[in-house]
Amino acid sequence: MKPVAYTLERHPDLLAACAQLASETYTKPIAGGQSLGAMLNLRLAQPEALVDLDAVAALHRCDEDAHGVTLGAMTPHAAIEDRVVPDVTQGFLPKVARGIAYRAVRNRGTVGGSLCHADPAADWITTMAAAGAVYTVHSAAGTRHIDAGSFMVSAFETQLAPDELLTAVYVPRLSADARWAYAKFCRKTGEFALAIVAVVIDPARDVARWVVGALDGAPRVFDDPRLATTFADPLARAAWLADPALDLDTTRRALLDDLIAQAVREIHP
Amino acid sequence: MRPELVFPPTHEIDIRLSVNGRAYAVRTEARTHLADVLREHCGLTATHIGCEQGVCGACTVEVDGAPQRACLQSAARFEGKTVRTLEAFDDDALTAELRAAFTAEHALQCGYCTPGMLMTARDIVQRLPDADEARIREELAGNLCRCTGYRGIVRAIAHVLAAHRNQEPVHAA
Repeated sequence: MKPVAYTLERHPDLLAACAQLASETYTKPIAGGQSLGAMLNLRLAQPEALVDLDAVAALHRCDEDAHGVTLGAMTPHAAIEDRVVPDVTQGFLPKVARGIAYRAVRNRGTVGGSLCHADPAADWITTMAAAGAVYTVHSAAGTRHIDAGSFMVSAFETQLAPDELLTAVYVPRLSADARWAYAKFCRKTGEFALAIVAVVIDPARDVARWVVGALDGAPRVFDDPRLATTFADPLARAAWLADPALDLDTTRRALLDDLIAQAVREIHP
Repeated sequence: MRPELVFPPTHEIDIRLSVNGRAYAVRTEARTHLADVLREHCGLTATHIGCEQGVCGACTVEVDGAPQRACLQSAARFEGKTVRTLEAFDDDALTAELRAAFTAEHALQCGYCTPGMLMTARDIVQRLPDADEARIREELAGNLCRCTGYRGIVRAIAHVLAAHRNQEPVHAA
């Protein structure tokens, strides 16, 4: 239950951190460490070096404008839960944040770290896809942007190259008449979910996004204004969930059936 | 013939920590987590170690005023931060109320989870003055009691919360 020996480097400069990630040594960045710390202790992760991102001031910034909010990658879950950072989602992100693990974990765990860890059952990877977030990614080669819906490739795997760092999460502002829902099933409060459904319906922005998460791999995004009608009908919902292309086992199908029904009720109260 | 154990070389670093208002200079490996440093190097054994994967909450300490796990991160990452362990709350009025309520409600059996429970309980009372029983249970999900003595723990916290709402001081048993 103790990690393998590693070295810990701290760089106040973002590009210096990226440069170290590009070195020959097997190096991993560490943000809040609330997932990586457990994986190190269990020796599921055995890096030779860690790059501590705490000192990179740019990762703690947060900027709001008329279109949305840009959250620094090191924004802790608790800051979103407590609305210490601006909420542009009419309570969507704060609700999700409150359900992540436990308060002591939320005080340290970060939104960027959770996204890069890419646990299929974690909350942000599904939530941000529904919110239509865009990630900013830095490396020595420059900056690029990645849509939340395509960021995760498979379980614990993202589009990030080894020398790239996710630095910011841009969340677009919901329109005044937008609706959202978030439903997940956990066997115990704070545990990783067995099924997640996140929905954002925002007609003014032409968004009707249903995201199914906690699957074997990346969350699945469905942007279709007709789905709300399909899901309101139990038989149509069951038929949709039985589609072989979704490849859901019986348990997951049953859980998702309940969660989607719950989401429909939240969207059309 | 004696079996020979070969250990890989270790590399130790110097860490400066602020714990309970005292400055500690510790020499340890970078991989050593805060809970181990608190217990083995600082002699502060109120912080317990249970699961070492962030689930059980026995190692909960206060970092810059908010509870955090002490088992999940290298102690070196707490340099420049203010760490307070349960020892720091000996003379804290709210912790005294909680201790009295834990005693009165029989909120501990073996006591292993108690330090973490008290840290979390203190956070609940301060942050959520209107918490009802359901909310207390939700907030306590990150602290496991293997004696399963949750009823008493929830009652003790609810008792202190109610006393604060009624502005009545709690008298130690």
